[in-house]
Amino acid sequence: MSRVLSWDRSVFVLLVVTVAVGAVIDPDFAGGSNLGFVLQDIGEIMLIALPMTFLIMTGEIDLSVASTAALAGCVLGWAWQASGSMAVAVLAAVGTGVVCGAVNGFLVTRLGLGSLAVTIGTLGLYRGLCYALLGDTTVADFPAGWTNLGFSSIPGTPLPYVTPLLVVLAVAFGVVLHLTRTGRWVFAVGQSVEAARFAGIPVARLKFRLFVVTGAVAGLAGIVYDLRFASARPDGALGFELAVIASVLFGGVSIFGGVGTMWGVVSAVLFLGSVRSLLQLQGVPGNALTIITGGLLLASVVIPVVAQRWSAFRERRSRVLAAATP
Amino acid sequence: MNGGLRRVLAGREAPVAGALVVVLAVTTAVNPRFLSDQGRFDLLVAIAITGLMAVGQTFVLVMRHVDLSVGSVLGLSAFMAGSAVRGDTGGSLLVALLVGVVVGVVAGLVNGALVAFLRLPALVVTLGTLYVFQGVQALLTGGTRINADQLPASVVSFGVTGFLGVPWLMWVCLLAAAVGGVFLRTRRSGRDLYAVGSNPPAAELVGIPVARRTLLAYMVSGACAGGAGVLFLARFGGVDSNAGIGYELPVVAACVVGGVDIFGGSGTVLGALLGAMLLKTMGVSLSALSVPEFWQQAINGLLLLVAITADRIVLLRRERSARVEAARHRREHAGAVPDPPRDGADRAGHEGATTTEVVR
Repeated sequence: MSRVLSWDRSVFVLLVVTVAVGAVIDPDFAGGSNLGFVLQDIGEIMLIALPMTFLIMTGEIDLSVASTAALAGCVLGWAWQASGSMAVAVLAAVGTGVVCGAVNGFLVTRLGLGSLAVTIGTLGLYRGLCYALLGDTTVADFPAGWTNLGFSSIPGTPLPYVTPLLVVLAVAFGVVLHLTRTGRWVFAVGQSVEAARFAGIPVARLKFRLFVVTGAVAGLAGIVYDLRFASARPDGALGFELAVIASVLFGGVSIFGGVGTMWGVVSAVLFLGSVRSLLQLQGVPGNALTIITGGLLLASVVIPVVAQRWSAFRERRSRVLAAATP
Repeated sequence: MNGGLRRVLAGREAPVAGALVVVLAVTTAVNPRFLSDQGRFDLLVAIAITGLMAVGQTFVLVMRHVDLSVGSVLGLSAFMAGSAVRGDTGGSLLVALLVGVVVGVVAGLVNGALVAFLRLPALVVTLGTLYVFQGVQALLTGGTRINADQLPASVVSFGVTGFLGVPWLMWVCLLAAAVGGVFLRTRRSGRDLYAVGSNPPAAELVGIPVARRTLLAYMVSGACAGGAGVLFLARFGGVDSNAGIGYELPVVAACVVGGVDIFGGSGTVLGALLGAMLLKTMGVSLSALSVPEFWQQAINGLLLLVAITADRIVLLRRERSARVEAARHRREHAGAVPDPPRDGADRAGHEGATTTEVVR
């Protein structure tokens, strides 16, 4: 694939085209209330996708993020009931995320275990703790002032309250990845752990911190989820881990690490969200949306490979032709 | 010490089997009904589906790949097999099994072709097909479900009867495990899978047809997931659009607990089956011990972490003792002609490619 049309740029173009086509064929799609709905719908996925991009770029993965978010959400409900203070509850929830991330990071970086296996284990562990904490009950008596943050929009705009959080964090993660030393380290580690180690990059410390940040942001996503549905439930955010990873990979991040951009990932989350919304408005059933999500993910890996082989084939052929002509 | 015995004890199956025996013994001691005829039957039925999928997953994992689409394949195959024999009251169990396995093989072909010929990362491909197969299944079912009264009696009774006190479903699982285990252990193409998983570029260099073997592994995984779909149909006497959702990670967990290395190159079908047995038995025994059901997932997760941590510690200790051994060997030969090749071989021993050799 040519340099001009790299995958992350293609995703951005796809996003623009989808929004433009949507605005033309369906006036409801470009309406403010639908924009707000899309942003709310993708909120948690977008949040977790930001640190997940860093992790996948370094060649690691975290499958426990949805369970972490759910556990943080349950701790929010539990701590709110126990303390009666939302501020305490929020701190406890984010703290839970940090601890969950630190456990993953410890197992991966100190004990040298594979992150895929570790986080499949903690996926079950954290989800089990959700049930241990809340049982089959839900906490639904959050103060209205807080739950309004979850489903009403900022006065005078169609945007939900989660928007500034998304924008600030997306910009912050993008800046760190592309403009700071830490970001360069992430690329270096993803390209070659050995080389990075020889270059003096503290690989284990970097990865440990990335797991902690991922846990913290997943905890934040758990709070957003709770406020959006005005309840804390042990089965919250079920299955989000695969949706997050699908978005990150669709955004052009290589599963082998070392390749990717933050704006590719952000475009991918927005694109998948707007495609879903547009098709839903057209009355396409949810099952077809699942197929499209999977198909797009496959396309994101198949197309670059096929394009690369095609250009290699053309180059070979032109060389053969040049050799054949005297 | 007897070499064979030492190998059995050093292997990864013995500790898992030991843990399984302990769980069974403790639970039976507290609640004697746990291993009554009915209790044992129910336990084996519960193991059969995950066990069968774990057998197939082993083929893929030892090649350093993964198949996340198995849950969706199970759902798709259960529905297709159910539709094929719906309303038919004759002996259509074989038809159901055939349809289920064929659906699974086709799904495996899709995964395998993408991974083998386009050389795409397995995680991404099977995550994509997880969604695609799940969507296709949901689209086909369209919110309807197949109930037991629409299924032939042969299929329904297959799920609740057994032979020699072992449910038919478990016989299917055991048969698949036996065939798969013998194939991986003794057949040349089976050993190829380990070679590819230990060191893919080297496997290519020695002339192993990597793409064909990859295709084979995915077809086996698909066939097992497809067969598991029919077991699902028989066990629950029906299927709806939620069948199989979320099954993929527990299957991988069962394999990992049973000693299948997620980085490829080592692990056995027997181990994977024992892993599935241990996880399922833990779950059932917790409810037999009247521990609240919700602890089950937490304990399963913890068990997985304990298993991989233990593996890691054993590996590190063996590497250290191998180093000590090599150092002593060098000391004893000190003064002799310097021997650079052996030095190089020692260093290679610290690296990934040969660590599996140390374990074996």
